[in-house]
Amino acid sequence: MSYATPTRYDAILARDGSAQIRRAGVILLVVILIGAAMSLTGLLDPQRFADAWPAIKQLASEMFPPDFKRYHSWLRPLADTLAMSVAGTALAVALSLPLALFAAHNTTPNRIVYVTTRAILNLLRSIPELIMGIIFVAMVGFGALPGVLAVGLHSVGMIGKFFAESIEHVDPKPIEAARAAGASPFQVIWHAVLPQAMPQLTDTTIYRWEYNFRASTVLGAVGAGGIGFELIAALRVLEYAQVSAILICILICVTIVDGIGAALRNYLK
Amino acid sequence: MLRLHGVAMTYPNGVAAVLPTSISVPKGQFLVLLGPSGAGKSTLLRCMNGLVKPTQGDVTVEGRGSIFRSGHALRQHRRRTGMIFQQHHLIGRLSALQNVLIGRVAAHGALRSMLPLPRADRLIALQSLERVGLLDRALDRADELSGGQQQRIGIARAMAQRPQIVLADEPVASLDPASGEKVLADLHRICREDGITAIVSLHQVELARRFADRVIGLVGGRIVFEGTASQLGQTILEQIYTAAPSRMEAA
Repeated sequence: MSYATPTRYDAILARDGSAQIRRAGVILLVVILIGAAMSLTGLLDPQRFADAWPAIKQLASEMFPPDFKRYHSWLRPLADTLAMSVAGTALAVALSLPLALFAAHNTTPNRIVYVTTRAILNLLRSIPELIMGIIFVAMVGFGALPGVLAVGLHSVGMIGKFFAESIEHVDPKPIEAARAAGASPFQVIWHAVLPQAMPQLTDTTIYRWEYNFRASTVLGAVGAGGIGFELIAALRVLEYAQVSAILICILICVTIVDGIGAALRNYLK
Repeated sequence: MLRLHGVAMTYPNGVAAVLPTSISVPKGQFLVLLGPSGAGKSTLLRCMNGLVKPTQGDVTVEGRGSIFRSGHALRQHRRRTGMIFQQHHLIGRLSALQNVLIGRVAAHGALRSMLPLPRADRLIALQSLERVGLLDRALDRADELSGGQQQRIGIARAMAQRPQIVLADEPVASLDPASGEKVLADLHRICREDGITAIVSLHQVELARRFADRVIGLVGGRIVFEGTASQLGQTILEQIYTAAPSRMEAA
């Protein structure tokens, strides 16, 4: 093989090498930042974990065996939680779709609407659902209703943003074809944009429903209904055997919900 | 010498892709598998490096025995056997050089291969790129290059293994005719220079005539012709392509 051109090889390897050194520098910086964050939060302090050991053993022994005696009084709250997640996700999707059309730059009417809608989505995303739960409990009273409103409104922040991104990624060619056929702006969206984005929209919705079920289990803690209320009640009276039993029930429900989600995704594919 | 002994492959869904077939490929031969799509060319090639495990028969290498006798033996065989794919099978966001270096990783252990590979391997990779005329593009992202150039990276990756055998599955089917011919000419030249045994599946008769030492015609998973490229007569071609007359016109 008479291809040997060593000086050119060396030049290429040197250029590749300096690029790799730069990359290694970035990685080192990230590692340092992670180390700082870990030490700041006490994760690198073995003494804290050593001191916690007796308490961990104590709690674990009190949580075992789980106490399922009161299971009949958890069925309704579990059903409430499930209903909250379904209704909340539906509410979120209904609000998100129009907002997403305003927040996607290929379907927004103008720049002001675009910026305002994006700001609204950011605001909704930045208020935790637990805080929204507290606010809605104060507004409409205890029960599942404030839970639905909290889950639904907070979800709009994320679903709206993901919907908008899916809409922005559609192929512009069918849009041109619809326009060329004389379609109105609404017809273009309905007949050319949404059919293309539909798989991503349903995927986002199902993912968020799974998430919302898990989020709904906590909302009871602030009086917004569901199994979370039972959980916090058991914690307050230090019934750790019941706490672990409720956690197992939640785990089973989460597994079922995720299974339904996976089956739905498979069916819609 | 690579030998297939009554190799047959029936997929779990019941499709018999290859009927019992025996082939011997002498060292250094440029063998072309010719046939329409669905003739079993890809399956047969994949049996030769165990990417597909035949449901019947065996594949042996002279002096080494069955390639399926153990997981270790199979990996050793694959290290000595480069493969070139129709769709290039590159990682678009990595540079041409990094893609070619994938051909070198199996020469090292798993842990060692996570660190930058030794200079010797990089030089082999650069040399492989130079042989396919892409030294200037070594640090460019693979997905920034044209289809023909991407397939050259694929060839360079296979050559970086320093293989004894090369398997090429429709290597020019996704290229335009002109660049396809150039890419195949490069592959042919390199295999000749290094004495590499090449088994190349094609559906273009003209390319088979130009490059093949020997041609095996396949239809429906069965060998219907075996001979030199010059023996490829009209009647035999009609036999091979009756299932797909449109391909005759293209050829």
